[in-house]
Amino acid sequence: MSNNSLNNLPEGFKGMSHDMGSDQTAFKGVQWGKVMMWIFLLSDTFIFSCFLISYMKGRTSTVVDWPNTSEVFSLHVGGVPVPLLLIAIMTFVLITSSGTMALAVKYGYEKNRKMCGWLILATAIGGLTFVGMQIFEWSKLIHEGVRPWENPFGAKQFGSFFFMITGFHGTHVSIGVIFLFIYARKVFRGDFDNGKRGFFTTMKSDYVAIEILGLYWHFVDLVWVFIFAFFYLW
Amino acid sequence: MSDEYNQKNTPLEAKSSETMSGTSGTSSKDIDYVRPAELPEQDLYHGHSFITKWIFCQDAKIIGIQYFLTAVFTGIVGLVLSWLMRLQLGYPDLVPFITPEHYYQFVTMHGMIMVVYFLTALFLGGFGNYLIPLMVGARDMVFPYVNMLSFWMFFIAVCVLMASFFVPGGPTGAGWTLYPPQAILPGTPGSNMGIILMLASLSLFVIGFTMGGLNYIITILQARTRGMTLMRMPLTIWGIFTATALAMLAFPALLVSCIMMTLDKMLETSFFMPAILQAGEVLDYGGGSPVLFQHLFWFFGHPEVYIVALPAFGIVSDLISVHARKNIFGYRMMVWAIVGIGGLSFFVWAHHMYVSGMNPWFGFFFATTTLIIAVPTALKVYNWIITLFRANIRMNTVMLFCLGFIVTFVNGGITGIFLGNVAVDIPLSDTYFVIAHFHMVMGIAPLMVIMGAVYHWFPLVTGRMLSEKLGKWHFWITFLGAYSIYFPMHYLGFIGVPRRYYEMYDSPYVASATGMNEFITVAALIVGFAQLIFIYNIVSSLSIGKPAGKNPWKANSLEWLTPEVPPAHGNWGEKLPVIYRWPYDFNVPGAKEDYITQTTPPSEVINAEVQKT
Repeated sequence: MSNNSLNNLPEGFKGMSHDMGSDQTAFKGVQWGKVMMWIFLLSDTFIFSCFLISYMKGRTSTVVDWPNTSEVFSLHVGGVPVPLLLIAIMTFVLITSSGTMALAVKYGYEKNRKMCGWLILATAIGGLTFVGMQIFEWSKLIHEGVRPWENPFGAKQFGSFFFMITGFHGTHVSIGVIFLFIYARKVFRGDFDNGKRGFFTTMKSDYVAIEILGLYWHFVDLVWVFIFAFFYLW
Repeated sequence: MSDEYNQKNTPLEAKSSETMSGTSGTSSKDIDYVRPAELPEQDLYHGHSFITKWIFCQDAKIIGIQYFLTAVFTGIVGLVLSWLMRLQLGYPDLVPFITPEHYYQFVTMHGMIMVVYFLTALFLGGFGNYLIPLMVGARDMVFPYVNMLSFWMFFIAVCVLMASFFVPGGPTGAGWTLYPPQAILPGTPGSNMGIILMLASLSLFVIGFTMGGLNYIITILQARTRGMTLMRMPLTIWGIFTATALAMLAFPALLVSCIMMTLDKMLETSFFMPAILQAGEVLDYGGGSPVLFQHLFWFFGHPEVYIVALPAFGIVSDLISVHARKNIFGYRMMVWAIVGIGGLSFFVWAHHMYVSGMNPWFGFFFATTTLIIAVPTALKVYNWIITLFRANIRMNTVMLFCLGFIVTFVNGGITGIFLGNVAVDIPLSDTYFVIAHFHMVMGIAPLMVIMGAVYHWFPLVTGRMLSEKLGKWHFWITFLGAYSIYFPMHYLGFIGVPRRYYEMYDSPYVASATGMNEFITVAALIVGFAQLIFIYNIVSSLSIGKPAGKNPWKANSLEWLTPEVPPAHGNWGEKLPVIYRWPYDFNVPGAKEDYITQTTPPSEVINAEVQKT
């Protein structure tokens, strides 16, 4: 750790502007890939914001009443409708997978290959479970007659926005799961320890890649929290 | 942690010459001090075969040229479309195949091609890729593979766009703004495959641009060479950087609106579609909001104007400084103006929607923010003019194009102040005045910069100069011709000629508008053909142009200081350059020559009155 060398910087905002404006790098000691992921996520935040703001606009200006979400999304357990049950489990699984991902990053930097690999695998399985439950929820709604273009419970925009936004988020999760599996394989094979060159990019592998993947995964979880709040709690 | 670079006990302290103590009494070794390298040498991919060197190439310079040529190709398509439109307007029924449907398709494709596939791709993909690594002193973009994917994604987007000319029904004719509901309903030309391909192509463009944009931003932020502080970067880089940041935040809105409209078209969702009667029949749509699309589109659309304009501002600042042999006036002001314009551009979008039916109170807010943008923009114009004031101006083609830019930009900017006011905009909205405004400000003005930049950097890219004689002919015909086209349009707008009309029929203003329309058409044809001079100049200079040698303009910035000209793969040979100053040290009192390159160490110019940068 070389944080000691940061001590001789001016403090506060002045130190920050000093650092940002200096030569070579604006973010000291941060690898290119990590900055790239942050900026990509900033861009992606705007995509999800546009989706969610459109959803709010669509929901508030529709001429037909919005369906009662606690009824539409409820699961029947022993004949009793339980609102938010499925979604609570889904959210729990996804947040837990964020925890395992964070641990994977830690073990990665400690070069603990086994633990890192298993935790990535656990994260991937968490993501897969989430996607599986989402498929279940989609098929339940489709079974009940909800379509992107129609909705027996009220405003047709409900179906449109629900399928579009959860679908877009689910695509993000699925892409994440695919990469988690690929990275689990790479970790077990030891690519990150011996700096094996990537098949496409021909760049050397490094454990920082796991943190970058982790950033993406946490972002996808964070977005889910907003989707959860706007669709299920509103 | 592998997260951190091997720091070799380098203190992470920011140290430019600015923060160093005075030069008196210190040895030359001390005043030449530059912080040691933080970054390890970049791991580069070296292509060996023809395919990896020239086609699926990972060298940013080749990718830049690929972007440039593809964008110019689409631009020529856009130019031909504008000719066809002008022929119809000037001489109705002269060309039999221009039906009203075709006319709308030409309008739409011309607009979309010019704004997105030509100007955006040319400035950021073309100039950005070529110049960023060279100007900041990097060996290449930081993710060369992603950069290569970016170009090919753009290429596919162009192919999809061009394919829409050949599908049943032709390309979409909804206008480049693609407003729903008409864009996807029968009656609008190309409302089936045309609009779907357009939306797909735009989505692909956004994906491809995101890959490129990440490269541009991170190369500028994280891969500068030793001594290249943010405030020593050429303004070109500042312009491209800010424009890319805008694009990364504005294109999401375009992507979202494209996805939603695609669903409206293909799955009959009703995001943007209200209840609609068509030929007495109630459609399945209902409950959506067309104004929502306009908000999303213009949240992209207005920053898009600055995505085109900011790189032009940056490039023209550098060209003026080099060819006026004078430092750019108010460098820091210029930087903050670029950043400020970029930030403000996200708060003005609804000035495109004064007549859209949004809440009229919004107009007050957006008129105010729009007029505030005039402040940093005017600062830039004043700074360009003050840079020219009492400068040692070389009246070459590059400088002519720069002057052409300033004049055109001021003209277009002032009409922008008209249109930014709600009360003035409402009568002028959807007239030729608007056409004149935005063609001046974001059509001709950036084009002037592009052409100037080509004359300026052609010697760098090819090692040969372009012909000055042909260049001057090209400039004067283009400049005077462009004014002949767009100046009369202001008048047409004032007498109320509406835009996007196929024909004027027997309108009361037809008498005065007809002659003017004919004149504009002739001018448009001449200006278009004058570009053949430019193309001939480029093609012939490739083989018969005067060899340029190193640094023919005696510029200071880093792209001219590579060991080989044109720069080779990896740009810098053995060692990366070290930077000691900004790129604007021209005509410094006491210096031996009238320019001091960025790599000249302070100990070599000890008697010159160099500014600390």
